[in-house]
Amino acid sequence: MFEKSVAELGRALLAKQVSAVELARLYLDRIGRHKELNAFLDVRPEVTLLQARAADERIARGEATPLTGVPVAHKDIFVTRDFASTASSRMLKGYMSPFDATVVEKLGNAGMVTLGKLNCDEFAMGSSNENSYYGNVLNPWDTSAVPGGSSGGSAAAVAARIAPAATATDTGGSIREPAAFSGVTGIKPTYGRASRWGMIAFASSLDQAGIMTCSAEDAALIFNGMLGFDPKDSTSVDRAQEDYTRGLTQGVKGLRIGLPREFFGEGLQPDVEKAVREALAEYVRQGAKLVDISLPNAALGIPVYYVIAPAECSSNLSRFDGVRYGHRAAQYGDLDDMIKKSRAEGFGPEPRRRILIGAYVLSHGYYDAYYLQAQKVRRIIADEFQQAFGQCDVIAGPVTTSVAFGFGEKAADPVAMYLSDLYTIPGSLAGIPGMSIPCGFGARNRPVGLQLMTNYFEEAKLLGVAHQYQLATDWHKRLPPIVSDR
Amino acid sequence: MSLTASDVKRIAHLARIEISEQETGQALAQLNEIFKLIEQLQSVDTAGIEPMSHPLGGSQRLREDVARDQPGRESLMKNAPAMRDGLFIVPRVVE
Repeated sequence: MFEKSVAELGRALLAKQVSAVELARLYLDRIGRHKELNAFLDVRPEVTLLQARAADERIARGEATPLTGVPVAHKDIFVTRDFASTASSRMLKGYMSPFDATVVEKLGNAGMVTLGKLNCDEFAMGSSNENSYYGNVLNPWDTSAVPGGSSGGSAAAVAARIAPAATATDTGGSIREPAAFSGVTGIKPTYGRASRWGMIAFASSLDQAGIMTCSAEDAALIFNGMLGFDPKDSTSVDRAQEDYTRGLTQGVKGLRIGLPREFFGEGLQPDVEKAVREALAEYVRQGAKLVDISLPNAALGIPVYYVIAPAECSSNLSRFDGVRYGHRAAQYGDLDDMIKKSRAEGFGPEPRRRILIGAYVLSHGYYDAYYLQAQKVRRIIADEFQQAFGQCDVIAGPVTTSVAFGFGEKAADPVAMYLSDLYTIPGSLAGIPGMSIPCGFGARNRPVGLQLMTNYFEEAKLLGVAHQYQLATDWHKRLPPIVSDR
Repeated sequence: MSLTASDVKRIAHLARIEISEQETGQALAQLNEIFKLIEQLQSVDTAGIEPMSHPLGGSQRLREDVARDQPGRESLMKNAPAMRDGLFIVPRVVE
């Protein structure tokens, strides 16, 4: 049962082949047997089973949605009333939110059953999940490799099938990169599609929620329950509700797939390039056309990102003062000393580093040179995407330059770590939808992801293009050895 | 451009993060590496380009100024490190 997709689980529940309680127990048992992955930070079976019983009653009443009774786990960036919400930080150890994030609430309203909270990089800052206060998450395909980050727990949980789906968030690639490293399907929608209410803020002009699943079809089903206008989020986009599954049956014949030259240049490892080129050849077999395009300033995305994201993070994280909630130092003098010590102890090295960068680029005399200049270059990059979409319908390329790296390989060198988001940051800066789907294996049998991007609000098309590939291939159905073993 | 130890101490103070001498040295080396990366932006010609503060542009939406149900004071204060009689307790700030 655990290798079934969200779509299949939903159908099995409706047909009463399995109950929501049985499914919840099955996944809770699997979570317990894969504790070594450290994917989950908080599991409360009594809460999960209560939700599952409610789902079963709803199914019995004939009021079920296609998601009712299907389990889901949430990245520990979304606040939840019934599970601790920590952002994987010491700062929020044991924090119990008075409310649920809108994304959590919406999926709950659709009848999904929460399995628990997933480990991630602290405050979603990182590309390897090595920045969690609660320890590393292991990559189910190769436990000596990182699962990617920041949504590492989400990716590992879906890869190991200890959750059929998991929420995730993207600021500069935190859904696509771990999805690629861990061999699952991950998608971020257009900025503004998913509510940011109750999503612990990192960089507000970039943060966007998405989903990790076993397939594009599953992501489309969950998007139907998850996305939509939220008056509580001032940057939520007010558009009519859509059916994100409507593009799934659309073939790719005549589809123009743009390949940015800059994504196939120096630095791209041959094993990743080979898997990506083979995936593109599959699209050509199905009748798509490959188009050479250019995003000339894509590489500047990294410096732009490392001004804007830290600037916004230093502002957002200023709320943690040890007064109203969060960590307070045990010993301190006056109020200022209490705040300084609490923040020094509560934040790990990466948030501290980014807060310092942000405080500097926003400080008097430097704002124009850094933050404003970065915002202008951000516009240049976003405009280049618009020019590219004049020549193609979808943009495709690698997600990462290499397959998952090993623990400790980049941890001591922040700049090397930052460069691993080269291909994902540009799309995040523009705010367009982006996706990673499994397309093979590279060095040491570690997964490779194919990146697909479309223009604003074209999630249905994006999911359809991904689904057409998954109809013809089975990379997304492969299971890591630790799953087949037990 | 490169930062000095006193810059690092100044921004750590602005950010209200306590920093030791040893941490200052480490942070200085790392921040200078990161600023080398960031410096690439200085050479980009951005004359006449509108800064992009938000992917979809437009102005911030305002909501009606009406009272709505909010979580109660008790549930909002339950995570406070120190509280008494519905108040947050902090070190004395007024002599």
